[in-house]
Amino acid sequence: MSLYARRLLTNRFNLLVSLFAMLFGLFWLGWILFTLFEAGFRALTPDLFLQMTPPPGSSGGLLNAIAGSLFMAAAGTLLGTPIGIMAGIYLAEFGSRGWLAPITRFINDILLSAPSIVIGLFIYEAYVVHVRHFSAWAGIMALALIVIPVVIRTTENMLRLVPDSLREAAAALGAPQWKVISFVTVRAAKAGIITGILLAVARISGETAPLLFTALNNQFWSLNMNAPMANLPVVIFQFAMSPYEDWQRLAWAGALLITLSVLALNIFARVVFRNKTPVY
Amino acid sequence: MNAAVLQSSPETAVQKIEVKNLNFYYGGFHALKSINLAIPERKVTAFIGPSGCGKSTLLRTFNRMYALYPNQEARGEIFLDGENILSPKQDLNRLRAKVGMVFQKPTPFPMSIYDNIAFGVRLYESMPSREMEERVEWALRKAALWEEVKDKLKQSGTSLSGGQQQRLCIARGIAVKPEVLLLDEPASALDPISTGRIEELVHELKTDYTIVIVTHNMQQAARVSDYTAYMYLGEMVEFGVTDEVFIKPKKKETEDYITGRFG
Repeated sequence: MSLYARRLLTNRFNLLVSLFAMLFGLFWLGWILFTLFEAGFRALTPDLFLQMTPPPGSSGGLLNAIAGSLFMAAAGTLLGTPIGIMAGIYLAEFGSRGWLAPITRFINDILLSAPSIVIGLFIYEAYVVHVRHFSAWAGIMALALIVIPVVIRTTENMLRLVPDSLREAAAALGAPQWKVISFVTVRAAKAGIITGILLAVARISGETAPLLFTALNNQFWSLNMNAPMANLPVVIFQFAMSPYEDWQRLAWAGALLITLSVLALNIFARVVFRNKTPVY
Repeated sequence: MNAAVLQSSPETAVQKIEVKNLNFYYGGFHALKSINLAIPERKVTAFIGPSGCGKSTLLRTFNRMYALYPNQEARGEIFLDGENILSPKQDLNRLRAKVGMVFQKPTPFPMSIYDNIAFGVRLYESMPSREMEERVEWALRKAALWEEVKDKLKQSGTSLSGGQQQRLCIARGIAVKPEVLLLDEPASALDPISTGRIEELVHELKTDYTIVIVTHNMQQAARVSDYTAYMYLGEMVEFGVTDEVFIKPKKKETEDYITGRFG
């Protein structure tokens, strides 16, 4: 067999193996989505968005959980994003000298891969135990702690993709460093940074563990920040584990809602920021 | 070929920048060795030489661009209008207002064409928008770009072609009204037509500005410059009137490089 024929064969073999690996992964994903859509769409009714979570044995909806989830995810993002962006700017723009940046980066990496249940327990220990009750504030803090490392990492990476020649060009005009950063480099990386924030939102909208120890759950409509607040992930957790069929149906509907909104968020991020990053 | 026929020697011309015993280090690497040089006012001076000879390094000392990086260091003196710009007392932003720079690759900022120009101007002057519009138009006309972009000033600067982007960068540099313009291989990433445009531009701009251009292209140096410096391995080998350097160089090394026997 000639060398060329052997190379051709190796190429085909490797292509086949990678294709199989891809199909294997996709198969499970497809199955999961199929099960979810089948059970979820059957449970999807207008009442979901109009009624509160019911006691077992009666009909109801998920309105308080949907509102609580939206509220806590938004507040957690609002709290975590500015901290994350500023820390990311520090790491990318000022982090080339000194010892503080490498240590910060290392700790951030640990935080990024920390199991979310640890973050929930931390807020429980640091806040909930002291105020002696679960609350929306505690939930927001836990979610913000998950947002921060994600935003730090993407902000730093996106700023590093901005070529030094652009910083030099702005500095060559005599612009002070804060103007170079805020008007040129951050702007050049804007699309990437916003995508990172959206990914962080997607990440926290399905988190159960950190809320279980902090915001817990609330069967009723509540906007009290110092009281437990209903949210989709914990409702899904409780309802799915219950023996009541109407609760289980609501859990499927909730799971479908989260999946669809995360999907929508991802599609939105891709469509809006497609081709918006300038090429140098 | 421009009117370099009656060009006076660099020593007798009016000097804008005077470099005295300049040494430059990248960490432990000694990149420029005892450079002495006088750059005449309102003329075009070209730096030529093989890659890595230090011509860009020398150019980047004139606006202290190297100061952005922690382990780069210049020792010696560079006088701009008689003031030593290497002195620690020198305000970097004020220096860069006087000494503009255009880079090898076009670097439009991620903002509109209008704001690309106005960004630099706003750093030094606050003016009513009417006046700013006039300044933007003036700079774009100077850079021979106005006719091509006058109807799309609100579009992103990155939407322009490579040659247009580079002229935008030149306009941006001119708009803050510097006295010296440093061009670091400004045409090396451009096609011949855009290169021709840039060269014409350099020729026109020298009536108002002192221009220093680094180039790999010797024909370009011969076409646009009044004075030429040939550098090799961090040393200034020869510096003189362009026509003399190209037609009868004083040093054998210069002749070898120019005739293509080396480099």
